[in-house]
Amino acid sequence: MTAPDPATPNPLAAATTSGTPEPSIVRISARTAVILLLFTLAFTALMAGTYKLTQPMLEASAQAEKLRLIGEVLPPLSYDNPLLDDAITLPPTKAIGLDDDSRAYRARKDGKPVALVFEAAALDGYSGRIGLIVAVAADGRLLAMRVTQHKETPGLGDYVDPKKDKNKASPWIRQFDGVGFDTALGGKWKVKKDGGQFDQRAGATISARAVTNASGRALLWAQERSAQLFELPAGKTFEEKAK
Amino acid sequence: MNGHYREIARNGLWKQNAILAQLLGLCPLLAVSTTLVNAVSLGLATIIVMGLANLAVSTLRGFIPYEIRIPVFVLIIAALVTVVDLAFNAFLHDLYLVLGIFIPLIVTNCIVLARVEAFAAKNSTPAATWDGVMMGVGFVWVIGLLGALRELIGQGTLLSGIDMIFPTASAIQVLPVDYPGFLIAILPPGAFFVLGLLVAGRNWLDHRANQRIQRQRSQPPAAMASG
Repeated sequence: MTAPDPATPNPLAAATTSGTPEPSIVRISARTAVILLLFTLAFTALMAGTYKLTQPMLEASAQAEKLRLIGEVLPPLSYDNPLLDDAITLPPTKAIGLDDDSRAYRARKDGKPVALVFEAAALDGYSGRIGLIVAVAADGRLLAMRVTQHKETPGLGDYVDPKKDKNKASPWIRQFDGVGFDTALGGKWKVKKDGGQFDQRAGATISARAVTNASGRALLWAQERSAQLFELPAGKTFEEKAK
Repeated sequence: MNGHYREIARNGLWKQNAILAQLLGLCPLLAVSTTLVNAVSLGLATIIVMGLANLAVSTLRGFIPYEIRIPVFVLIIAALVTVVDLAFNAFLHDLYLVLGIFIPLIVTNCIVLARVEAFAAKNSTPAATWDGVMMGVGFVWVIGLLGALRELIGQGTLLSGIDMIFPTASAIQVLPVDYPGFLIAILPPGAFFVLGLLVAGRNWLDHRANQRIQRQRSQPPAAMASG
């Protein structure tokens, strides 16, 4: 480093006049900003391109995943209508634990209602929300349900999800298959610990109680509105009739 | 394989091991190591992302101004994770159903940024890619061990959830079926306990190795001559 020329105390001014110009701070900043912008553009383009390229496959597998999940609670042979198209929108419904819009699918055979498949949730699990998918038959029985999302303790309360249930032969959640309020006598839609008819596993009653009570609420909710839910044209949003 | 690459592998697997020596990436490490299958799944996804991130950054390092390297690194890592996430979902959907939830978690893993900054930004592309993969392998074996220990102590099983990857396989019941479980091993505090023991174990092994080296050095010169 040489001492600055007293005639030109401003190094930036010196840079512009000297033979080998040093880039000014403004130029360095501008150059850096442009490079950052180029990187951002390039990598955004990379992400957008990948998204565009994979989108059809993603949608196909999302549809397949949805049908698979519905297939777990409703045998595909029990209906003959295009299930994913025969859907209505449910508004946020506190009674079945839903805070957001969700879809309800109507299964029909030969035009007659077979079952309604919709989401419900238990908000009182051991670790918060337990998401459920529920199939309610047109005759008012609970066909089957599955846990779609939960944060229950691994190895303890997570048996409500049959994938995590150690008893593969008869998972806990299968005891609800085909049960209606008529077979669950006298308001006994509860776990045994609460005086009801459904088993719970030792040490983790809270998860079982949350799922049991939520399914009871969902079943009651669907039964009371069954006709209205099946009659609504596809694509419309369900609205609670004024009592 | 020459000495340089062997040194990189040694650093990743043991000497500079991302978890045991650098204690990096604790967030995903502790959250996901509840079972062996979960842990190894996250580890494998991490290897892929670390290899790709180091490859990309070391290739582009000539174009990245020093002042803005960190935002550019973050941009590159985030973009790569998104691309890997989408590609897995589209082309390896079955595997994605298992690894899918872990891939976005990798962005929160500071091992990736640390290796990009400490190694890939200063080294050639092949060396940097090798470093990323080896650091990833070092991550896998530790998180796998952590997951296995927590699962064994907490549930008495190994490989629970393996049916998500191989539908025909099933978990191994290691301890008796009536093992009551030890909940704290599965909850986050258990992760800290087990990780603490692993780090202590590594320190003990290193300490012992150092002592052995020192003893050899302090031996009489006659022994040196015979060697």
